[in-house]
Amino acid sequence: MDRGGDEILLGFTRALRAAGVPVTPDRAHGFLAATATLGLDDQRATYLAGRATLCGGPDDLERYDQVFTAYFDGRDGLPRPRPAQAGVPGFSGLPDAEASGSGESDEDDEVVRARASDAEVLRHRDVATLSAAERHRLSGMFATLRPRPPVRRTARHQRWHRGQVDASRTLRASLRRMGEPGEIAWRRRGVRPRRVVLLVDVSGSMSGYAEALLRLAHRFTQVGRSSGGVVETFTVGTRLTHLTRAMRIGDPERALVAAGETVPDWSGGTRLGETLRFFLDRWGQRGMARGAVVVVFSDGWERGDPTLLGEQMARLQRVAHRVVWVNPHRGKAGYEPVQQGVLAALPHCDDFVAGHSLATFAELSEVISRA
Amino acid sequence: MEPSNPADVAERLGATGYLCDDSLATVTYLALKMQRPLLLEGEPGTGKTALAEAIAESLGLPLVRLQCYEGIDATQALYDWDFPRQILHLRALEAAGRSDDQSVEEAEKSLYDARFLLARPVLQALQQSPAVLLVDEVDRADDEFEAFLLEVLSTYQVSIPELGTVRATTPPIVVLTSNRTRELHDALKRRCLYHWIDHPGLEREVEIVRSRAPEVSAELRRQVVSIVQGLRGRADLQKPPGVAETLDWARALNYLGTAEIDLAAASATLGALVKYREDADRVRHALEQMLRA
Repeated sequence: MDRGGDEILLGFTRALRAAGVPVTPDRAHGFLAATATLGLDDQRATYLAGRATLCGGPDDLERYDQVFTAYFDGRDGLPRPRPAQAGVPGFSGLPDAEASGSGESDEDDEVVRARASDAEVLRHRDVATLSAAERHRLSGMFATLRPRPPVRRTARHQRWHRGQVDASRTLRASLRRMGEPGEIAWRRRGVRPRRVVLLVDVSGSMSGYAEALLRLAHRFTQVGRSSGGVVETFTVGTRLTHLTRAMRIGDPERALVAAGETVPDWSGGTRLGETLRFFLDRWGQRGMARGAVVVVFSDGWERGDPTLLGEQMARLQRVAHRVVWVNPHRGKAGYEPVQQGVLAALPHCDDFVAGHSLATFAELSEVISRA
Repeated sequence: MEPSNPADVAERLGATGYLCDDSLATVTYLALKMQRPLLLEGEPGTGKTALAEAIAESLGLPLVRLQCYEGIDATQALYDWDFPRQILHLRALEAAGRSDDQSVEEAEKSLYDARFLLARPVLQALQQSPAVLLVDEVDRADDEFEAFLLEVLSTYQVSIPELGTVRATTPPIVVLTSNRTRELHDALKRRCLYHWIDHPGLEREVEIVRSRAPEVSAELRRQVVSIVQGLRGRADLQKPPGVAETLDWARALNYLGTAEIDLAAASATLGALVKYREDADRVRHALEQMLRA
């Protein structure tokens, strides 16, 4: 293959990367090797070689097709790179200067005590009504949440001091003593963390809660990971976005920025039924929601057809181990579940809990870990 | 022996009864040539597992299958020692009645012999190579297992501390399938050639039914496939029927001696086509309209 050919192909991988397909150098290298195997003269072969070596999922395929036609048909107007998410609402960037932090390092005991009760008040405040400074203080307090992942029994056994006889372990131990019989080993059924799936509504009516809910999701993901459990996070709105990867970033601020860049439909409308159906078709029914604890964070303002939402919630409940609906308005005085979406979904939820303040989030994590 | 171009691959697979389009044939050809694992994703019932079987059959290679599940670990994928037999062996040595230091050492050594090794699928594939290794439903296994798999797939060798390293003389042809219950790790994906298997078009599916279920008459075949294709286009089904369901349904209708599909025959055999109660209702409704038209 001549240099010119290589350059054209590498240029194509760059165009692909610009369009949002994650092309790494080794993938590009694989692409060159594949085209060399198939020969360069056939455009269809080049197309297929790229599809096999540069793509990693069905989302990539669509983008790949676009870029390929644009790049090799010589038409002008390459597909535009995915627009950077300019105005992500609801994130506190730099904190507003806090009055107490600046010069008063010699705070006396009284002030400290006052602060402690401040924190307690903040725990019970509705997160949507907080000022930027309060939000910043609250974000630090998420670290105090210690959600325990829910557990299930497994088919595999673990060592225990009573229970059933563990024949193979007993035999293996006796083998170590050259076949002499010895102590009998016992076993019991093991437990493993259950999968938790969080579906966070990021539509316009929930925008005041989006940041806090994502912080909560991040906390769940991190704590879950440290105890060996899996927490999957999706945002729902006008479309479904898989956020788990962003939530796995250790630092909460960076995780939130990554989430902001991933989710395309902040503060849009709500088509909960449709996105839920997409979730179940693409992910849930295949296994992600099976036997999992599924938590839906939404106020139930549904623009679409509430019967569809009801149907999909019923489907979800049949697949999942437990379905928890978290509504930020549930904990407020005078709240009645009258929104059509909530009415349609409620019969198919195992728990209906509040979620508007840190205190209610702590209660929620209790509900999840007991599930 | 080795296929020389994608068309050749398609022809050989076709000879075993597996019909594939040019994109799948090209990817398979690349996987063979570049000695890279082939990662197949797609709806259930589109023939991901069948492809591995067809590759093995068309090349005359043994197929080794590793079915993944939650909690699978290296001892189920690689090898394990056969403890009961090792104990028996010890007892036999004991009965022979020698017990000086020399023989104890020998006895220990003889315990970790190749004959007490239980080869699990991955090791089998390396030992029998060339072979086709099918890692089925890899998305069901845990993250740790994926990392372990990545290691084996990048070196094609396994080291057993007591015995030494087992290396494949020729790397096995590896096919991984996934139902996308979770996203696989990028590192694993990068090692592989990726292909998304779609439902086949009308003509191809008719061909597939003809080659897989030759007993079904041409008339019935075409009717079954066009109905199934129509159903796949509907958005309201929970689980649109795959090719496997098409074949089941065609066979079921054939067993009942149906020459032309009517509503009674269709309702009686609906269980072969759709697997949800809600879907069954919707399909029955759709069939009424289709058959009236």
